[in-house]
Amino acid sequence: MEKRVTFSSWTIGILFAVPQLLLIFTFFYWPAGQAVYWSLTLQQPWGGGNIWVGLDNFRSILVNADYWNSITASLVFAGISTGLAMFIALVLAALTDRQLAGSRLYRVVLIWPYGIAAPALALAFRFILAPEAGFLSVVNRMWPGIWDPGLDGADAMASIIVAFSWKYVGYNFIFFLAAFQAIPRSLIEAAAMDGSGVIRRFWDIQFPLITPTIFFLLVINITESFQDSFGIVDIMTSGGPANATNLMVYKIYSDGFKGLDYSGAAAQSIILMLLIILLTIFQFRFIERRVHYG
Amino acid sequence: MASITIRGVKKNYAKTQVVHGVDLDFASGEFVVILGPSGCGKSTLLRMIAGLEEISGGTIAIDGTVVNKLEPRERGCAMVFQNYALYPHMSVAQNIGYSLKVAGVPSAERTQRIQAVARTLELEHLLDRKPMALSGGQRQRVAMGRAMIREPKVFLFDEPLSNLDAKLRVQMRSEIRKLHRRLNVTSVFVTHDQVEAMTLADRLVVMNGGRVEQVGTPGEIYTRPASRFVATFVGAPAMNMLEGTVELGGLSLLGGSRRLAMSRAGLPVGTKVAMGIRPEAVRLVAPDTAGALNATVDLVEELGAGRVIYVDLDGAPFSVMTSEAVHLEPGSTVGLRISPEDMHFFSSETGNRLDVFKASVPEPAL
Repeated sequence: MEKRVTFSSWTIGILFAVPQLLLIFTFFYWPAGQAVYWSLTLQQPWGGGNIWVGLDNFRSILVNADYWNSITASLVFAGISTGLAMFIALVLAALTDRQLAGSRLYRVVLIWPYGIAAPALALAFRFILAPEAGFLSVVNRMWPGIWDPGLDGADAMASIIVAFSWKYVGYNFIFFLAAFQAIPRSLIEAAAMDGSGVIRRFWDIQFPLITPTIFFLLVINITESFQDSFGIVDIMTSGGPANATNLMVYKIYSDGFKGLDYSGAAAQSIILMLLIILLTIFQFRFIERRVHYG
Repeated sequence: MASITIRGVKKNYAKTQVVHGVDLDFASGEFVVILGPSGCGKSTLLRMIAGLEEISGGTIAIDGTVVNKLEPRERGCAMVFQNYALYPHMSVAQNIGYSLKVAGVPSAERTQRIQAVARTLELEHLLDRKPMALSGGQRQRVAMGRAMIREPKVFLFDEPLSNLDAKLRVQMRSEIRKLHRRLNVTSVFVTHDQVEAMTLADRLVVMNGGRVEQVGTPGEIYTRPASRFVATFVGAPAMNMLEGTVELGGLSLLGGSRRLAMSRAGLPVGTKVAMGIRPEAVRLVAPDTAGALNATVDLVEELGAGRVIYVDLDGAPFSVMTSEAVHLEPGSTVGLRISPEDMHFFSSETGNRLDVFKASVPEPAL
């Protein structure tokens, strides 16, 4: 049996837990409860009472084509940016693990992007991807009009995906590198003795052994792509053009604080929360089965 | 089966050299044990044969083919690692059969060969288990099976028994020996355990500080150690060493308190030498017996089958091993008798064995 610290009286234990409970209550359960309440009522924009409307807020959102567009955009964004961020990080970490030339440099440099605040990096990418003067304006010189995130929804989506992925490549890289380095070197050597080449060793030995990390990062990346994308969208596209990048988290903000539709925004945030919960349950139910925990 | 030829092999890491020009020849079908203290370069040498370490200088040839630039898989060696290095996510059968799978052997033949190896190693009932669910000895056998199934030209063992408990180690030792007798594949076994080395080896290579100290059968290494290092490293308890100086007509020992009459064999007067005597070669006699040395008992270690007596010989520590049922109190005096044929002499300067010297040892007047 594991030995645990025990308290003779209940009250001391409770007292130790109180600060944490207070924080969780103040910053999670209370706002979340408030959001549920608002989503079931119609709030006055400038205060002064409300009306109980039941599920009317949800009904009006769910019949709105704009909202379904926002869900689709969010799913596309989550899928592509998670895939991109994880794939690039995996390749970089695998190369760094092999101690190839420059691996020390990667290790330091690749961690930085995660330390940059989303709005700052979004601003940088806005300049880089600007169609008239950024680095990418070169393609417009060759094929005029081919790249314009201000007009073309697909270009705008690509821009925010690139910015978000760039940030999360660094985050994922740290975890992947740690996972690769936790694999005993002798396993790789044993596989080499067994006649397995570099690529084969990666798929047969390293990849299966880092599946717990891949799964963890999948859950985190998908969740974050629904939430942490706000700053990037706000600075780079403001949801445009024509709502092409109006992700769920951004729509909540613009409907609530710009459109002053508090109740609709509250209902949207409840739906977003449910969607993330569902996705996470799905991942645990169906993907975790294929994970090998060492 | 293959012979291995090692010529002037060196290994450098950045600026430090860990293996300094090793020359060795292993005959086909031979079981060679490389013995040495940790950090002597023995594992590095083995890994260079395997192809897991780059060779900084010299050549290694397997069956006459220089393998310096070949990938591990092209060398025809199989290796058993110290921590077994089993693939944790694969079953025992998959672990054993992995090399065949990589080589593209058809599934039916693979299963058949896995079964055959499992039968030899008594692993048949464990084939579906994961390594996690195996005991140390079982894991060890799976690692052996993984090496065997490829029918390699050379077996390499990197301290494979050091993670096992004492009883299992003895058992696996004899299993490895039996397996070698049956398969008769050239084997190189690295260890720091001298009992393992003595019992397994057809030929023993003793290494120290990145150099080969001596190569020979276990018997030769024990009876005629080529250097002071080999003399003290092989044998337990370690060989006693008494420092001495060559004088006219003999050897002055223990700072001049004892004298050994003998011919100088051409060594100049004043040469520093060390005389070695194995603890088990010393005979206990009554104190003040003619031709024996008197010593004071410090400590007696009971081993069951015998006992080690640590004595003080004119201020120098000295040990005696005997199977006689003697009872000695610490502080009492005993006589030690040493026959001239049991004396080994080494140069204090180089540590090398001085054979000429010993050949002419007369009856000692101790």
